[in-house]
Amino acid sequence: MKTAISLIFFCWTVCYAQHISSTELINKAKEYDGKSVVYAGEVIGDVMVRGDFAWINLNDGQNAIGIWLDKELAKEIKFTGSYQAKGDRLEIAGVFHCSCIQHGGDMDIHAQNLRKISPGKLVKEQLHTGKRNFTIILFGILFLVLIFVRHQSSFGDKVKLPQE
Amino acid sequence: MILKPQLQDLKNIGYYSGKIIIGVGLTMLVPAVIGLLFAEINPALDFLIATEITSIIGLILTKLCFTEEDLNWMQGMIVVSLSWVAAMLLGAIPLYLSGHWGSYLDACFDVMSGFTTTGLTLVQDLDHISYAHNLWRHFTPFLGGQGIVVIALCFFVKGVSGAFKMYVGEARDERLLPNVIDTSRFIWLVSIVYLILSTLVLGIVGIANGMKTANAFFHGACIFMAAFDTAGFAPQSQNILYYHSLLFEVITIVIMFLGAMNFNLHYHLWTGNRREIWKNIESRALCITLLFTFLITLIGLNQVGSYPRAVIMFRKGFYQLISGHTTTGYMTIYARQFINDWGALALAGLICAMAFGGGSCSTAGGIKMLRLGIIVKALQQDLKRIVSPEPAIVEQRLHHLKEIFLEDKQVRAALLITLAYLVLYGIGALVGMFYGYPFLDSLFESTSAAANVGLSCGITTPGMPAGLKLTYIVQMWAGRLEFMSVFTLIGFFIAAIKGR
Repeated sequence: MKTAISLIFFCWTVCYAQHISSTELINKAKEYDGKSVVYAGEVIGDVMVRGDFAWINLNDGQNAIGIWLDKELAKEIKFTGSYQAKGDRLEIAGVFHCSCIQHGGDMDIHAQNLRKISPGKLVKEQLHTGKRNFTIILFGILFLVLIFVRHQSSFGDKVKLPQE
Repeated sequence: MILKPQLQDLKNIGYYSGKIIIGVGLTMLVPAVIGLLFAEINPALDFLIATEITSIIGLILTKLCFTEEDLNWMQGMIVVSLSWVAAMLLGAIPLYLSGHWGSYLDACFDVMSGFTTTGLTLVQDLDHISYAHNLWRHFTPFLGGQGIVVIALCFFVKGVSGAFKMYVGEARDERLLPNVIDTSRFIWLVSIVYLILSTLVLGIVGIANGMKTANAFFHGACIFMAAFDTAGFAPQSQNILYYHSLLFEVITIVIMFLGAMNFNLHYHLWTGNRREIWKNIESRALCITLLFTFLITLIGLNQVGSYPRAVIMFRKGFYQLISGHTTTGYMTIYARQFINDWGALALAGLICAMAFGGGSCSTAGGIKMLRLGIIVKALQQDLKRIVSPEPAIVEQRLHHLKEIFLEDKQVRAALLITLAYLVLYGIGALVGMFYGYPFLDSLFESTSAAANVGLSCGITTPGMPAGLKLTYIVQMWAGRLEFMSVFTLIGFFIAAIKGR
């Protein structure tokens, strides 16, 4: 019965509760301490598995907050945000700790439920032709300057200073 | 009568600045190569562009100002202060091109913050930045911490007289070895050996913590460079909080301590003379100030009940305090928690620790332990003089590498620089208040910038006023160079305008 009620509660929290921003959580940490919150953001960096659990960090565009979750829940994560990828966007329902006793006083959320809002993807880098052309032009100028400089004194010659 | 600078002065300054600028340009090839290795083409191009522009400027300067004359003291100091400004302006090119900095000023802010080993940052969306740009962020403190000029001394300068003048201008007046160039090379040897060892250890810990192998070692190298050079940059936006690891915190504490140690003490440590570390006035001063500021911080944290358990209060308080005292700037809490959760007394303890700083001739900033030691010894001497019979000669000794009799000129120099730091902290706080920030927040951020710490209570954001960004840039620059070369540069400009 208890499990069913808590399941209903979390389904309700995930479906209807409003997301709390990281700034709000940080600024009103004491107020939210120990309460159930719904937080959403992009997974960034690594999924760090620690035994049966895992750490992920969710960035909502303002700050990133550490999420402690079951290893099985973390398996749903396919992409994590980096230069070459846009991470999965997740919605987490869990208990917020302004100074978690279990984790050395870190501000974190112990996730009880997770929902993928939108999947991440690899970001294919397009060559910036302007930068490429500029690099080539500058290389030409540098080459000319080197010829000009070598005409008088060779680059790389060490400067001779009088002994101390 | 003030003498107007001569053409030869300008040629000497231009020539040596050009050499250093070329050196800075070549260092930007390292992130370019890393970018190519990680298949990051556009970031690699950013660094190639910056290298080319920097090399062209450096080469033209060395050509136009070619000279075989030696540097005098004034020229040496000006070369140093100008080189740091040039390094900031040119080192900011790749950052600005990445699009992760809101303006060129923001990019300059971060590069100055890096070179001066401060660690305050205005980067946006750090969690999606390329490996190449992230490496450059962490490489700048590694270069600036050991000294931009020190790099040039190692590779471009053969003689030692002019070299010593530039070396001193970079706030280093101690020689580990008889020759200043050998000293520079020893500094780099120490740094590179620690880099390799620490990267291995942090990388292995990272893997054990669940990070991917490449990321673990990349983060390890970055974290080492920023911790040993007391900078405080981290590859992710949450700083050290990202890792959620006690072991990571312990290792970074050890590295921060190593970074705040005088390179002379490293030399003694390496040559097996461990007794020097315990006898040295800097080590003793560090122990005392650490205990004193930690006690204040703990009482403050306890007063406001910031943390639910003593062990947590100890862990969080100690980490932020060590980070502040060694002028590193690593954080395991969010910036606004300082203001929201810490309370005024704990912040006062932390501000004092930041203001005191680390060891002289180290990568740390702040007033420095040697100066504090000298001032306290001078106070002791004066107290002894008061209680002694009038004809008695009171001598005061201190141990810094050898037994030294305290002289008035040492006390005067220590007091002058300390005063300059206090004024700098105050000016930054006033500017912060001018822009509407509360007193404590302004003092915290100003001390952090001027002592090259990097802890932030939330003022340093991309949205802060441009005037405040410029103020912090000047504070970081003056604080890192310990004023003398900055004063010389100001004097040089006055002479250029008013001199005959």
